[in-house]
Parts: sequence; structure tokens; C-alpha cells
Amino acid sequence: MTISKLTRRGVIKTGAVTGAGLALPTIFTSAASAFTNEPTGSTVTLGFNVPQTGPYADEGLDELRAQELAVEHINGMGDGGMLNTFSSKVLDGTGIMGKKVEFVTGDTQTKSDAARASAKSMIEKDGVVMINGGSSSGVAIAVQGLCQEAGIIFMAGLTHSNDTTGKDRKANGFRHFFNAYMSGAALGPVLEKAYGTDRRAYHLTADYTWGYTQEASIQASTEALGWETVNKVKTPVGAGDFSSYITPVLQSGADVLILNHYGGDMINSITQAVQFGLRDKQVNGKNFEIVVPLYSELMAEGAGENIKGVYGSMNWNWQLQDAGTKAFVKSFGEKYGRPPSNSAHTCYVQTLLYADAVTRAGSFAPCAVAEALEGFEFDGMGNGPTLYRADDHQCFKDVLVMKGKDNPSTEFDILEVVEVTPRAQVEYAPDHEMFGGGEASLGECNNGA
Amino acid sequence: MFGLSAKDTRFLLIVMFLTLATPILLQPFPENSAMAQFNAGYPDLMQKFAIFGIFAIGFNILFGLTGYLSFGHAAFLGVGSYTVVWMYKLLSYNILPGLILSIIISGLFALLIGFISLRRSGIYFSILTLAFAQMSYNLAYSVLTPITNGETGLQVYSNDPQMLAGANAPTSPHLFGIVMRESSEFAVGGWVFTFNNGYYFCAIIAILAFYLSMRIFRSPFGMMLRAIKTNQTRLNYTGLNPRPYTLAAFVISGMYAGLAGGLLAAMDPLAGAERMQWTASGEVVLMTILGGAGTLMGPVLGAGFIKYFENIFSKINDNVLHSWFAFMPDGMEDFLVALVHPFVGKGWHLTLGILFMMVVIFLPGGLVEGMQRISRLFRRKKATKPGGPDHEHHPKPAPHVAE
Repeated sequence: MTISKLTRRGVIKTGAVTGAGLALPTIFTSAASAFTNEPTGSTVTLGFNVPQTGPYADEGLDELRAQELAVEHINGMGDGGMLNTFSSKVLDGTGIMGKKVEFVTGDTQTKSDAARASAKSMIEKDGVVMINGGSSSGVAIAVQGLCQEAGIIFMAGLTHSNDTTGKDRKANGFRHFFNAYMSGAALGPVLEKAYGTDRRAYHLTADYTWGYTQEASIQASTEALGWETVNKVKTPVGAGDFSSYITPVLQSGADVLILNHYGGDMINSITQAVQFGLRDKQVNGKNFEIVVPLYSELMAEGAGENIKGVYGSMNWNWQLQDAGTKAFVKSFGEKYGRPPSNSAHTCYVQTLLYADAVTRAGSFAPCAVAEALEGFEFDGMGNGPTLYRADDHQCFKDVLVMKGKDNPSTEFDILEVVEVTPRAQVEYAPDHEMFGGGEASLGECNNGA
Repeated sequence: MFGLSAKDTRFLLIVMFLTLATPILLQPFPENSAMAQFNAGYPDLMQKFAIFGIFAIGFNILFGLTGYLSFGHAAFLGVGSYTVVWMYKLLSYNILPGLILSIIISGLFALLIGFISLRRSGIYFSILTLAFAQMSYNLAYSVLTPITNGETGLQVYSNDPQMLAGANAPTSPHLFGIVMRESSEFAVGGWVFTFNNGYYFCAIIAILAFYLSMRIFRSPFGMMLRAIKTNQTRLNYTGLNPRPYTLAAFVISGMYAGLAGGLLAAMDPLAGAERMQWTASGEVVLMTILGGAGTLMGPVLGAGFIKYFENIFSKINDNVLHSWFAFMPDGMEDFLVALVHPFVGKGWHLTLGILFMMVVIFLPGGLVEGMQRISRLFRRKKATKPGGPDHEHHPKPAPHVAE
């Protein structure tokens, strides 16, 4: 192969492409559509970006199950689930605005980079109009930023950090999950009732952004009860062994241990704390207690016996008795043979809410959809009357306070609902200092190309 | 041409052609066909090909030539990314200052780490670099949160100073007004080709990086590096001190990594700590070995291979499988889906692992060796090239770990 031949081929190839391009009237550039990935055919594609490998793979797979179920219900298959109880009735089982819903999936690996790469390929290659899912605040914030830049809607999955709708809030992003502040606000009164107002708390906190916001939120709400914060210790993520952090707790004079951990870290730290006999100790004349502010079903399963009697909070639980929850648990159970987790519920509801918002807006354009979601009040999706607040795109609904069950009957029946904290009690001002203060802003909504 | 031999010039021109035609070459299937799943010609993946190509080329200068196996190159990748994002925050979204600074800072960082780590060789060197990289990762993840924004990742906020940003400046990374995110699409028949500004910027830099690495490979300096790999003791007895050479190679490959990290942030204005994690360091080692350590083209091939698997295979889910096998009777369809299921979607790691094992076992020289074998097969038929001494001084196949 000589140089000249190669160049000639290059020239011919380029020429052919240009010529063919000029000859065909189908030429279009990205500026031709009104917004990013405007669906023109008979289908519309949604992107489900969840962790399928890595530490939160279990949560991710449960999210995926729920999203698949939601697509089925939107397309009119199955028993319709929450569509029957949802207060808005515009979805009729014919897809979204007559377009059949299809979906693509991706693996976030619980890494911001991988999540963004996977989201980008969904936007650039598969032409999705909405991305949903995820199981970490870092990932949620990273993907939310990407969707804002690209001009599509992001429905954040499991993300509990205040920052997602706080200082990192974005006009194209919405969160259905509750947040660390709400956990604190919901737990406060229950802790007061159970443990009194004269307690000394010791925090072990996962050493990253979510840990910091949860620690700050819980500290604020417990100190408002009159509790004293003895010490706050940061532990590395994925430490595995927490014994060196737990030993000093006993010498500190604290009588409550607050574990700001999630996933495998929480399973390890609570198991070790119980093994060290913390819960059998008497300090300051009171029983030593442990609190895990954020619970999930999968963590509870992992920790097993050790969470008996331990308080925590949750976004939603399958044991709730309202009609929406019952309908969802029934169709999820029939399809997969297990109750849905609260992250599954979040993703299911968000997919339906997106479809509903598009139909009400009469357009897939992100700004129109965002407008339809902003300030939207609805009911029948579990958690009672729910509001998507316009100021920060945070969802407000009742929050559950949970306790490890003393006598679990099945492997799924480990937690019991202690109290359903009413929405009014967990509300806060959009410019609350824990949420970026007055500086935080949603920015302009972006329709993309 | 360009100070290269005729054969190398031809090689470089082929690489240039392949790189510039990537948007067409990677889009072989029409948009609506079932095979469109395997198309890779979308901007993000093409950018990743070019960027990780640069990263692997740089890594190969150290590992392929001197045989020093660094397990901490991701640290430089991260440093490069953080530098560029900080330049966005402080100056403007123009990528040039950040990229230049990312090369300088990662070079300095490499000098520091290299100066310490290169006191040892072999496995001790690998462990030292791994330790430094994990240290950087943990610092970035938690302790240095004010600088790196920890787990969330560093990004640009509307209230950042951005001192040099004009009133009408683009609000995403650009090069003097050429916005990296923008692309033009051309539909020809059933095909859609995407020509992305960012990709072409990366591609041009990748070609320059490739050219530079080619010059290093062919230079007396490159020869000295190979001498270190072949037998360092002998070199010592000759009265030569190898350390300045290894340190130079380490710094150069660190600067390549910094540039690649900078480009990552130039394409997508976010820098996360996990870019520094040891898995990221391991990935570049895999890329280099998979493609062929010590060869010019190998690392680029390996980088493309791994990124392709990560992005294309991980997205094949059960629904896609069912649509592929839909023409079969139901039982057969379910059986085939169940058979393929473990290897795609979340099982892409498994497929990659099997391929990697096969390459290492059957093609110790990597994908490049595979290609050489195929081309030799054809040449033997023509029986034109007699065996003889290697006048081109191609690097000899070498063990993967420094001795």
C-alpha cells in the first residue's frame, strides 16, 4: 500500500460522503429538531441508568424491575398498578401521547464517570428523552448536571443527600426520594418520645458528601431536642472493619450511637457495634441505643438480627396500607415474587409521573414537562398527598420512621412502621441554609438542541 | 517525512486516516437495523477512544519501553481533570489554559512520585506507585473535599468567578468559541454520521501524541529505555546511570496521563475522585497488555477494545436479547437468551475477562500480534519476504512485568 493510493482513497471517500450528502434531501443537522431527541416515530425511548455492578447492584436491579413494570403499565400491559389509584387520570395505557414506550438500560457502576458515560451514550446513541434511576447522591448530582447540559429530563432515583435539590439543584432535574433533612425532622420527635431529651450522641459518619449532610441534619434536629453531641468521627467508605471506631464510643460517655452509614458500611458497623455489646450497656443510667437515620430493606436484610429495635427513617415501605401501595405491591409481587424496595417504588413512581407530565403538557419538550411537574400536587402513589415543589424540584410527602422488628415473621418482614410523619413536619424553606441558602438556584431550564 | 522513515510515515498516515474517519468507520450498520446496537460512532464513545488512546500511549512509553509497571497512573489522570475544572471555575470555559496547566501539574506530580518510587524496581515499584495513587484517591474523596468536592465531583457553579469569561461566552467547554459538545449530523441513506467538534479536537491531539511517541520509540532515548528493560544490571556495569532515563520516561508518561485527564474534563466538565481509583490504574495496564505492550499501535487498540465493551456490551439487556432471538420458537428463544444473558449487560466484565485471558494465553503479544500473524499468513502465500535480521529494530516480545 503506497502513500498516494491511500490518499486517493481518502479523497474519494470524503468526496463520496460529501456528494451523497449533498445529493440526498434527507440531510439534517442537530439544529433541525426543537429539543434534544424529539421523538418523531411511533415510539419514545426512556433511559434507565442504574448500578448493575458494584456495591449497590442489588438496589439497582430492584430499580430496574420496577422501571420495567412501569413501562408495562404505561403501555397498557399487566394490571395497571398505581395507574388505577393515581389521582391524575390522563394516562390511558396507550403509551405516552400515543407513542409506545421503549427503554434502554445502562450500568452506572456507582461511579460518577461511568454513570455519565452511560447516560451520554443513552442521549447520543439511543436518543432518550428522560433518564431515571441511580443509587448514590454523587452519581445523581453528576448525571443531573449532564442532563441539564444536554437538555433532557432527569428523575433522580435513590439520592438522600441534601445537595441534590440543595446547592446542586438543576432546572431539568427532579427528586422523588426524601432527603437527610427530612430524615432528621421525622426522627426527632420519635427519638424524643423513645429516649427522652437528655441524651449524649456520638456520630460515626461515612467520609463523603452524603455523610456530611446527614450528620449535619441529624445533629441539628437532635440538638433541638436538647441532646448533646459528644463527638463526630469520620470513617472511610468501605472500611469493612469498624472496631477501632467503636471502641472509643464507650469511653466517651455517650449513650446514643448514630450511624451515618449506608449499604455494606452500615451492615458492618451495626453488626460490630452489637457484637461489642453496646446495646447491653448502661451509660449515664440509661440504656445505650443505636440509631441508623437512613434505612433500606436490603440493608436491613443484610444486618439481620442486629437491627432489632433500632430506629431509622424511610421514604416508603411496602407495608403501608393505602390503595396505591397495595396496588403496586400486588403487581410487583405477582411479577417478581417479592415485595418492592423503597428505591424500586421511587423509580416506578417517577416513570409514571414523567409519562403523566408529558401527557398533561402535551409535549416531550423538557421545559414543558418541567413546567407540568413544578408545583404538581397528586395522590394515590403511596405516602398520601404529594407535592413537587417548584422552587427546588424536591418532592414533599409523608416520611416513615421505621424500627427493626422484634419478631420478624418472614425474610422480608424485618422492619415495622413506627410512625408516618406528616408532610408539614418535614417541610423547610427552599433557601434553607442546609440547602445552599439563598445562593442556590435551579438555573434556566434547557431544551437542548 | 516528519523525520520518520518511509515505513513509519506510511504507518502514521494510516493512523491519521483511521482516526479522522472514525465517525464513519464506527457506524457500519444502518440506523434502523437490528445491528445498530453495535454502532459505536457517537461522540462520547469516540472521545473516550481518543482520550484513553492517549492515556495508553503514554503508559506504554513507561511500561512498554522500560518495563516498569506503574499501578498508579490514574492519579495523574485525576490531577489533569481537577486542574482543567479548576481553570473553568477560575478563568473561563476555554479549555486551552487548563489543558496546558494539566500537563505541567501532572508532570510535576509525576516527578515527585517518580523520584521516590523509582528507587525501587519490579514489584516494589508497582506497589509504591499503587500506594501513591490510592493515597491521592482517598485524599480527593474525603480529606481534600474543599478542593475536589469529594464524592460528588468537582463541577462549575454559576457563582464561580470565571474571571476571563466574556458576556456571551459559551456556557460549556469550548476552544475560542468552538463548542466541544456541538456536532453536525449527516444522514446518508439509512446511516447517520455524527461529526463532533470535541472528538476532532481529541483526535488531532491523539495524532500528535502518537507522533511524539513514535519519535520517542525511534530515538536514541527510546533505545536507552529499551536497554533498561532488557538488562538493567548490564547497563549499570557499562557505567551508565539508568535512573535519569527512567525518571524522564515516568514524567513523560505522567504528562500524557495528565493530558488525557484534562481532555476528559474538556469534553465533560466534571472531575470525580474515582478517576484516581486503583481500578482506573489497572484499566490502563489491561489496555496496554491487551493491545500489545511495547508496540506503537497496541495500546490504542486495547483502549478502544475495553471502552467498546464497557459502553456497548453493558447496554445489551434481556429485552434486546429477546428481540434478537424473536424469530425462534418460544422455548428455544428463552434458552438462547438464558445462555447469552451472563455475558452481556451487567456481565460485560465476564466477557472482557474471558477475552483478556484468551489474548494473554494465545497471543502473548496482544491484539497487535494477532494482526501480525494474520498479515504474515497472507505474506507467506506470496512468499516475497524472506526471514532475516530485524532491520527496523522492532521491540522484542518482552515479559509483562519488569524484572
